[in-house]
Amino acid sequence: MISVNRYKCGYCGACVSVCPVGAIELIETWIEIADTCNECGACARICPIGAIEVLA
Amino acid sequence: MRDKYDIIVVGAGPAGSITAKTAAMRGCNVLMIEKRQEIGDPVRCAEGVAKLRIKKYIEPDERWIAAEVMGSRIFAPDGTGVELSEDVSGSEVGYVLERKLFDRALADAAALAGAEVQVKTRATGLIMEDGYVKGITAMHLGCEEVEIRSDIVIGADGIESKIGRWAGIDTTLKPSCVNTCAQFLVADIDIAQDRCEFHLGSAVAPSGYLWVFPKGNRCANVGIGVGGNTCNPGKRPIDLLQDFVRTRYPDGKIIELVVGGEPASGPIERTVANGLMLVGDAARQVDPLTGGGIANAMDAGSIAGDVAADAISEGDVSEARLQEYDAGWRDEFGKRLDRSLAVKDRFVTLTDDDLNKLAHSVEGLDFATMDLFGLLVTLIKKNPKSLWSLRKMFV
Repeated sequence: MISVNRYKCGYCGACVSVCPVGAIELIETWIEIADTCNECGACARICPIGAIEVLA
Repeated sequence: MRDKYDIIVVGAGPAGSITAKTAAMRGCNVLMIEKRQEIGDPVRCAEGVAKLRIKKYIEPDERWIAAEVMGSRIFAPDGTGVELSEDVSGSEVGYVLERKLFDRALADAAALAGAEVQVKTRATGLIMEDGYVKGITAMHLGCEEVEIRSDIVIGADGIESKIGRWAGIDTTLKPSCVNTCAQFLVADIDIAQDRCEFHLGSAVAPSGYLWVFPKGNRCANVGIGVGGNTCNPGKRPIDLLQDFVRTRYPDGKIIELVVGGEPASGPIERTVANGLMLVGDAARQVDPLTGGGIANAMDAGSIAGDVAADAISEGDVSEARLQEYDAGWRDEFGKRLDRSLAVKDRFVTLTDDDLNKLAHSVEGLDFATMDLFGLLVTLIKKNPKSLWSLRKMFV
């Protein structure tokens, strides 16, 4: 499962661009992750501020 | 808001606003939507731009010029500096902008040209009919989703673009093709206000660089961008940036945080589909070496607006017709992106020692009349072995 720390997130959209299944969307000041997420972790890797984690 | 326009532009950054303005001036009915409630905010940019390239589209206004720079200085890991002067040093020096005001000025110009602008309005999907994009579904001010039709949809929706993907254009970036960045606006520091600085090296910014761009009044944008594949816990841009600022500017006051990703993939295969075009970061039109995207976005927007107006007046918005835009922007700056990508790909494999050697090889040379291209040519000539793979593109 992907966990987004909304207190850390700078809503920059970098994670959206690397999602191979297009599961992430940047709304205004938060990101939403759809059920199609395959937990590859690309978003967690790219985040400039460390707001995303893949939880086992 | 009506239910039908000639053109819908999704995203009100520089690419979207120039597209909207150009098409509106050509007599098209244009709707430009911005998902955020404020245009230009939050900033996700180091704000440097070449004067010459933006003057084509907007009269310079001191309200959105934070600083004017005369050149830039690039520092190797051991501190060896190479200085480049103005007009000739890459496209990333000239003005340091106040993007919040600059983007608003561009959106304002689009509105004055006749485009309808709607904020807090988010595209949620595309209307597809017979293989053509026929408009968008959108949420306006958080109300129920509505359908808005158009002959052409233009995706100017930034790094997080969805418009291209919805139309079947794969804009997904590999982590190595994104520079992930963090920047502080640091106040009350002693820095040269007339030039930009770039620092290279694994200590400050592994496979990327650190920049210091003056913003006037003893302030500067101090930022770091690193390749997404080298971004690891504890060494993320925010961590590297905090370390650098703490050491370099212990008395500086941090008055703003900016985070963002910049596409560093180089040109993507396709930027048009039936009834659809992509511009700016959405089309990955950012220079992969310098990270500069504003001027390219504006050039692309201007071409896109013209092609859209022509295509609509001819009643043909097929991918084949819109190909004129794709060919047009590649003709304008596509080669530069290819070249920058090749340089970036080579440079990220260089060690600190390699970078120092390169800097030493040009130490003492006069670059007062040389631009980034000229510097690279000189580096390749002086270091044929280590930069062998680049010679064909430059020499």
